Amino acid sequence: MDIVSTLGRERGNENLLFGQALKVVNVGLDSFRQSLVDQGVGVVGVNWQPPLSGYIPLNETADGLSIDAINGRAVGKLKASRPMLVGLAVARDIVPKFSGKMLLHAGAPVGWRSMCGPMKGAIVGAILYERWAITEADALQLAASGDVRFEPCHHHDAVGPMAGVVSPSMPVFIVKNEPFGNLAFASVNEGLGKVLRYGAYSAEVIERLRWIEKILYGALARTIEKLGPIDLRTIISQALHMGDEVHNRNRAATSLFIRSVAPALIEHCAKSEAISVLKFLDSNDHFFLNLSMAACKATLASIENTPGCTLVTAMARNGVEFGIRVAAFGERWFTAPAPRVNGLWFPGFSESDANPDLGDSAITETLGLGGASMAAAPAIVRFIGGDVALSTQLTKEMAAISVSEHEAITIPSLDFRGSPLGIDLRKVMETAILPVINTGVAHREPGIGMIGAGIVRAPKECFESAFAYGASMFRAGT
Amino acid sequence: MRRQVLIKSGEYYDSITLLQVSTALAKTDGVRNAAVVMATAANKELLADAGLLTDEAQKADASDLLIAIAADDDTALRSAFGLAESLLKDSRAGRDTIGLERERPRSVAASIAQMPDANLAMISVGGPYAAAVAYDALARGLHVFIFSDNVSLEDEIKLKTFAAKRGLFVMGPDAGTAVINGASLGFANSVARGEVGIVAASGTGLQSVMSALSQMGAGVSQAIGVGGRDVSDAVGGVMMLQAITALQEDAATKVIAVVSKPPCDEVREKIVKQLARHSKPTVVCFLGSDEPSRPASSPLHASDLEETAYLVAALLKSEPPYLAIDALAERDSRLKLKSAELRQKLNPSQKYFRGLFCGGSFCYETQMLLQRAAGVGAVYSNAPLDKQFGLHDIKLSQKHTALDLGDDRFTAGRLHPMIDSTIRNLRILQEARGADVGVIYLDFVLGFGVDDNPVGSAQQAIIEAQRIAATAGREVIFLASVCGTDTDPQGLQRQEESLKQLGVTVLPSNAAAAKVAGWILCQR
Repeated sequence: MDIVSTLGRERGNENLLFGQALKVVNVGLDSFRQSLVDQGVGVVGVNWQPPLSGYIPLNETADGLSIDAINGRAVGKLKASRPMLVGLAVARDIVPKFSGKMLLHAGAPVGWRSMCGPMKGAIVGAILYERWAITEADALQLAASGDVRFEPCHHHDAVGPMAGVVSPSMPVFIVKNEPFGNLAFASVNEGLGKVLRYGAYSAEVIERLRWIEKILYGALARTIEKLGPIDLRTIISQALHMGDEVHNRNRAATSLFIRSVAPALIEHCAKSEAISVLKFLDSNDHFFLNLSMAACKATLASIENTPGCTLVTAMARNGVEFGIRVAAFGERWFTAPAPRVNGLWFPGFSESDANPDLGDSAITETLGLGGASMAAAPAIVRFIGGDVALSTQLTKEMAAISVSEHEAITIPSLDFRGSPLGIDLRKVMETAILPVINTGVAHREPGIGMIGAGIVRAPKECFESAFAYGASMFRAGT
Repeated sequence: MRRQVLIKSGEYYDSITLLQVSTALAKTDGVRNAAVVMATAANKELLADAGLLTDEAQKADASDLLIAIAADDDTALRSAFGLAESLLKDSRAGRDTIGLERERPRSVAASIAQMPDANLAMISVGGPYAAAVAYDALARGLHVFIFSDNVSLEDEIKLKTFAAKRGLFVMGPDAGTAVINGASLGFANSVARGEVGIVAASGTGLQSVMSALSQMGAGVSQAIGVGGRDVSDAVGGVMMLQAITALQEDAATKVIAVVSKPPCDEVREKIVKQLARHSKPTVVCFLGSDEPSRPASSPLHASDLEETAYLVAALLKSEPPYLAIDALAERDSRLKLKSAELRQKLNPSQKYFRGLFCGGSFCYETQMLLQRAAGVGAVYSNAPLDKQFGLHDIKLSQKHTALDLGDDRFTAGRLHPMIDSTIRNLRILQEARGADVGVIYLDFVLGFGVDDNPVGSAQQAIIEAQRIAATAGREVIFLASVCGTDTDPQGLQRQEESLKQLGVTVLPSNAAAAKVAGWILCQR
């Protein structure tokens, strides 16, 4: 290249502004946008809000790598993930690092003393179920003694709804993320009413858990073994076209699951077993929830511990604190007090009866399902106190803090746009749009169960503290 | 009286919307006082001053919206809150009527996704946030125009250094105006496209020169406002130099004008050096510098904004610059006669000048011309040329006073006087009551983004002020200049006509008005 053309090119690079149509991004006063519109100038108005506290633009890692590029590759992995239900096993035999007198629970680490009512109830129930104690009093004493270790499900590749308690003898679903090979685990959903996950531990609760262990486990394990792996992403994708968001509404997904297992179940199990298992599945609209959660966990686990990646990999609540994890920061939790749910209450209950937000089920929202895909589930918007317009707005808001959309999981009412995918910590900070979560509400006393439902926003402090931690690891630009 | 503050967490509205709602509430029957603000520290202070702050509201943070109302009774309070909610809701609904608006992007990145060929970000968010938005836009390859003030000097330096490396422009912070590729940004006048390229470190200075040129039939190729601090020692004139270079290389630009307060020596030297590198005809106006005009030098030096426009017009027509200077001098001698005529209206005790300015550069230029050209002696100001003439109390004028009403101390919690005339109107009445006041001078600025009818907004105050003076047995001379063009939405001619009908003496420029004021008062 000769000198003249080199100079010419350099000069061209020096001034990119003159001699081309002005195309403006307006951030701030709307009157300036209007004035540009009046002049016929191309303008996009940013619906700007003050960012969260501590936000600074963050584009590169300490090594000078583009965070956008890293996140883009991570989202590629999320899209490529194929969570498959490959079987069931007893927790102690399959869940990693799960040994001795250990119980898993929802959310970030929490000690016995600090645990909320429903979680304490579930712990007592699990101790009775494991026969580590025979009476309630003994169980309480054991729980408080320090002889039982309590660890988050998330530390063991597992997830559990509400109290999320998993004990060593419980059967768990095994979900394998096909191209990457990582596993995730979830307990079997017990149904509604008096159930362990809401902190109930009466005889009927323990009885049901034993039935799941003795009958359902074997029957389903055998069925899946004969049937081969069940593609959970396909069920989720179909369910979103049938009005589920696979967190607070799982009716379609549960039905699809029953369809996929029923013939093999009848073929390979004793008739009485098959009847009781099918009746159990049929009576529980939320049976698929735990599978949905495990599918989301298996998918998100594929990007955990990705250096420089600012995508959120978990949101979870232990009933006291709300915690998030971010891909680049591995196992570390960033927590804030669990928010109260803005909910609709079942007759006879009110906000004063409600436990703060609880459960690992926000893993669905972490993957852009649940509240983030509310536009797919207009049937339940009134259940959470909203209208159809709100459901559309919520999904669009979540798209604004996500890196991409899932091509394989689409939302008909949004002209088949994909569900939001990959919550970027930086976008949450910049836009101050907090992830929305559909949730059920537990009574604050153990064993009473669900008293309402609603939506809740993840507390901003989690994101602010995660960002502050990350900002020290990344170069701030100049 | 009943008082209540409602906190709406996480609801954000821009400041103009909130001021509109506050104003509407305050005008409602039964409402004593009302403020609808984001709970920033500054706004909470304002609420406290107004007796509207509660303990709970004190704990709110900048992302919370506060609706504070004091009303005669519960009924009035309730209906005022109802009105506030519906006005806020309507402000959103208005946006929603424009089709795609429901899905307005929430960030610069999302905007670029919608408009991939975006090339400039116009930023007018609160000062503490503006730097981060600007940095984000620069990192994505956009030029930025920062209207916001209160951006730290440190951030300004960082942003400009970052931008300069990439050949990007940072106009501002506190840039009032720019015209880029024919599009007006910020408070800008409607001017024809043409061959004059202007770089200015002052918003109204830029508006003044380009409007005057436009009225003389000369159009603008590019007008670049770089913000007042650009030519300071700390920033080093980075953008001023970059803009001069760009205009020198721009084929569409035939004549260049550079307008600024006197830069520090080092920056001045760099500017002079850069200008010397190129033969393009150039006029430099270092407003307020001690240097006399040099209509024969290269580059030409002008001593005020009007002279700058005249010299540029001459260069454009390849006329000898001294002809332009002569024409101005001739005009001035006519104005001197006019001044002597006006002077007759004053009684001996009416000795003083009161200038109430929307335009910061006009305030500055007026002080300079009153002291230098007319020789009236000290002129006090909240933005004085010389620190020793700073006002003791900005609420009270003393002797000759020129007030920059765009000063933060006047605009805290309010809109700029170019948009909202309330502050100036009150001050007009206050000055009219002073027995020693002879001349009240008002500047009016037209263009995009400002008051739809600036003269109309001041009309009642002027009439009332004239009545106050008449009742006290004296007449106050009202002078005015209007910065604008015939194609501005408000129409230069229409505005000037309205002023004349009010008995106001309208001068063709700020410089002319300042000189006339000086001649009236010092020939006494």
